Amino acid sequence: MPDIREIQVSVNGEDHSAKVETRTSLGDFLRQNLGLTGTHLGCEHGVCGACTVILDGEAVRSCLMLAVQANGHEVTTVEGLAGEEGELHPLQEAFWKHHGLQCGFCTPGMLTSLVAFLRDNPNPSERDIREAISGNICRCTGYQGIVDATLEAAKVMQGRV
Amino acid sequence: MGVRYLGAEVQRMEDPRLLTGHGRYVDDIKLEGMLHAAFLRSSQAHAKIHSIDITAASDLVGVHRVFTLADLGVNYQKPMNQLYPAPVIEQNKTQYPLAKDEVCYVGETIAVVIADSRAIAEDALALINVEYKTLPAVIDVRTALEEGSPLAHSDTESNLMGKMRSKFGDIEDAFNKADHVFSAGFMQHRGGCHSMETRGVIARDDPWGDGLTIWTSAQSPYLIRRALANWLGEPEEKIRVIAPDVGGGFGPKAGFYPEEIVIPLVARIMERPVKWIEDRQEHFVSTTTQRDQYWDLEVACNVDGKILGLRGKVTHENGAYIPYGILLPNSSLTPLPGAYSIPAIDVGVDIIFTNTVPNSPVRGAGRPCGIYAVERMVQVVSRKLGIDPAVVRRRNYVRPEQMPYETGAKLRGGDPVVYDSGDYEALLDKVLELSDYESFKDRQIAARKEGRFLGIGISSCIEDTGMGPYEGTTVRVDASGKVIVKTGAASQGQGHHTMISMIVADNLGVKPEDIIFESADTAKFPHGIGAIGSRIAANVAPSAFDAASKVREKAIKLAAEILETAEADLDIESGIVRVNGAPDVSISLGELAVKLTPPSSTRVPTGFEPLLEATSFEGSAGSPIASGSNVAEVEVDNGTGEVKVLRYSVAHDCGIMINPMIVHGQIVGGVVHGIGNALFERMIYDKQGQPLTMNYGEYLLPLASEMPRIDVTHMETPSPLNSLGVKGAGEGGTIPAAAAVIAAIENALEEFSVEIDYYPVDPQYLLGLIDSSIDSKSSSRLS
Ligand code: FES
Ligand code: FES
Repeated sequence: MPDIREIQVSVNGEDHSAKVETRTSLGDFLRQNLGLTGTHLGCEHGVCGACTVILDGEAVRSCLMLAVQANGHEVTTVEGLAGEEGELHPLQEAFWKHHGLQCGFCTPGMLTSLVAFLRDNPNPSERDIREAISGNICRCTGYQGIVDATLEAAKVMQGRV
Repeated sequence: MGVRYLGAEVQRMEDPRLLTGHGRYVDDIKLEGMLHAAFLRSSQAHAKIHSIDITAASDLVGVHRVFTLADLGVNYQKPMNQLYPAPVIEQNKTQYPLAKDEVCYVGETIAVVIADSRAIAEDALALINVEYKTLPAVIDVRTALEEGSPLAHSDTESNLMGKMRSKFGDIEDAFNKADHVFSAGFMQHRGGCHSMETRGVIARDDPWGDGLTIWTSAQSPYLIRRALANWLGEPEEKIRVIAPDVGGGFGPKAGFYPEEIVIPLVARIMERPVKWIEDRQEHFVSTTTQRDQYWDLEVACNVDGKILGLRGKVTHENGAYIPYGILLPNSSLTPLPGAYSIPAIDVGVDIIFTNTVPNSPVRGAGRPCGIYAVERMVQVVSRKLGIDPAVVRRRNYVRPEQMPYETGAKLRGGDPVVYDSGDYEALLDKVLELSDYESFKDRQIAARKEGRFLGIGISSCIEDTGMGPYEGTTVRVDASGKVIVKTGAASQGQGHHTMISMIVADNLGVKPEDIIFESADTAKFPHGIGAIGSRIAANVAPSAFDAASKVREKAIKLAAEILETAEADLDIESGIVRVNGAPDVSISLGELAVKLTPPSSTRVPTGFEPLLEATSFEGSAGSPIASGSNVAEVEVDNGTGEVKVLRYSVAHDCGIMINPMIVHGQIVGGVVHGIGNALFERMIYDKQGQPLTMNYGEYLLPLASEMPRIDVTHMETPSPLNSLGVKGAGEGGTIPAAAAVIAAIENALEEFSVEIDYYPVDPQYLLGLIDSSIDSKSSSRLS
């Protein structure tokens, strides 16, 4: 019989309590139980980074984590990055301006990874950014637009432009 | 009204949705009562199936039903259709949607479990018992035609699928009169799709008789509709195929897969919607890949490096079945002679079955291979004669005054290959400047003093883009004044919504945000071809331009009557038709649309057809030929064999650019794909046909940390073949990249006289070459 537990988790500032199978990954839980399909699953083995969400401020791979492990934690997904009125996060704005996305499939994971990264490294070099997303695979862009967007977003977020 | 958007870096209209997590990919769609599928796939490269026991799997709680081929129904015990029949195909092998009694590659579909959730369906797979009788497998394409070789299919006599040849000019004469003949052999391996979104299919059969609706992560929804309708023996009208947001395609999503038959059929049988989402492991074994080609070429040239002829042979690994005709081997040959005027060519290709996943084009299809081959031979000429590779190229380019230039080769449809416009030498000049080619020697010498090995490599290419026949567009103004733009063109990230909206907005005089864009849904537009071969811009831009122009003409004509003024005095701006010089006299496009869709008991204005609408299928009168020259600068660590690409420069000409930002993105992304081919991506099978690279730890994709900054400069030589002068840009980054990188590696290791005959160039292989050159014995992977 499936092993089912009850969990409490805050997602994008909203508290949820839900019953989940213990084997359900956090990624599947967000997508299927909460309908937050912005989090994408690209490899389900921890390499592509598409599934990245922010858990208590840290970027984590939601395919490598069980939903039950998120019990009592705070999760931010790509749906939670824009402001209350829907105004885009500076990083989202910069991705838009610098053509940091094509098919958009890697994008949620890129954004969440980089939002967490910029919090710890507000003033990164191009090399820092390339290392920071070396665990996020993008098949479309060649990464350059993403790197340029992040450089600009860092400046904007520091009020330097 | 002047042109406002064409040529501008307009930010993409797709992006706000995708940036905020509101895309709609197949797996995001949830239908009432939907069940989930998981496929049992062959664990054997080649085997007879004696029995399939589904009892235990069927009994698992949460499983609704397990299907084998027999369970699909008596009418469906047949193999899939050939999408692109061709006389060259001597043995037409397509697979059954679920295996019948023989499996020919690891990953071939055998059975499907339908359950309440994907997790349960996957649990049930482990309970299906297949009794196989293993047959010998053929994996190495080089020995596949030898006497006694295992056969990829037990009911055939040979592994030869077919042969083709590109032959023109007097090849004997070229080789007889040449000062030199040089030869080279090399293997090219191009990996798989690896779009970040895997494949996926949802199907729903409408109980009220409206037929099947299929959502699939695909590049060619109309092709899937036609293939499925043919296979089922049902009218196309009763099948609706939708490609929603698609997370990358790159070629392998342009075909028709067994799952696109099985999921619709089981949804119909179960009378419930069914979803199947490919997982990444399945992607490695079931999504088509491009795989191996072995080339053996001879080049005839004069002392000055002028090339007179090229001849030789290609052995092309086809995999187990032919899902995609001969597109791949064919497009490997058509780019010969590349950017050069080579009077005689004779290259044949043997297309050979192996017990590996079927092959299909991957970004560029065979073009990167054909161009690599030509560029390799140019490199050989340059090295053997001691002439700078830039100079050899200058001496051989097709020159602008030769345009339109007929190469002698033929396109798939039999039309001659004609280079329509371009200035290849000017592109070379541009890229040499951009890459500081002249001063490279200094950089190389300085680095060498520090014990570092730098190298530089050039590659030039042409790309036949925009193949026909069309990609149509309908433009219609509705009563609200919104402009509905519909096209068959499916997007996998290329920004069609933005590109097409820019053209319509310019031409009709509306704002892009007033455009409602609908595409890639067979119910919305009658027919389309698909996003393959860099063909969309050169086909859909002219049709969008034409349809918008026709709507504009109709609006102006009607407005002139209503406003009682001359047509020439009218202009449309922001959706309002105004009289020049009398801005208060106006009528909106919405009001005009209402006049053309009047209520009952009223009339459509005399002389007008209803609807403020037009459809156009205008495209390109032939394939516009894009071109490019690239320079790669690399550093090789001769202790570890590691190659770092330090700099990469591109000069590219895809005619008039509609949105330079999008073109730039295509080029940069394409180059990175090509660097991945040159250095990283390799799908490895063992001798028994078991795939060994099954995750992204083993199969390496290019990562941000490994990629250089890519500098791009453009030339805009308009194509004379379409109304906007555009050419395709989707693959021009990928096509020349491997040749540039590999020439750079050889250049870095010049003192070891390393000759690379294989890619991807992994460190082990490169170290082997360096070591053997030191011991001066060959360690080629080909021997
Ligand atoms: S889906 Fe989690 S890392 Fe790829
Ligand atoms: S935008 Fe397509 S994978 Fe990154």
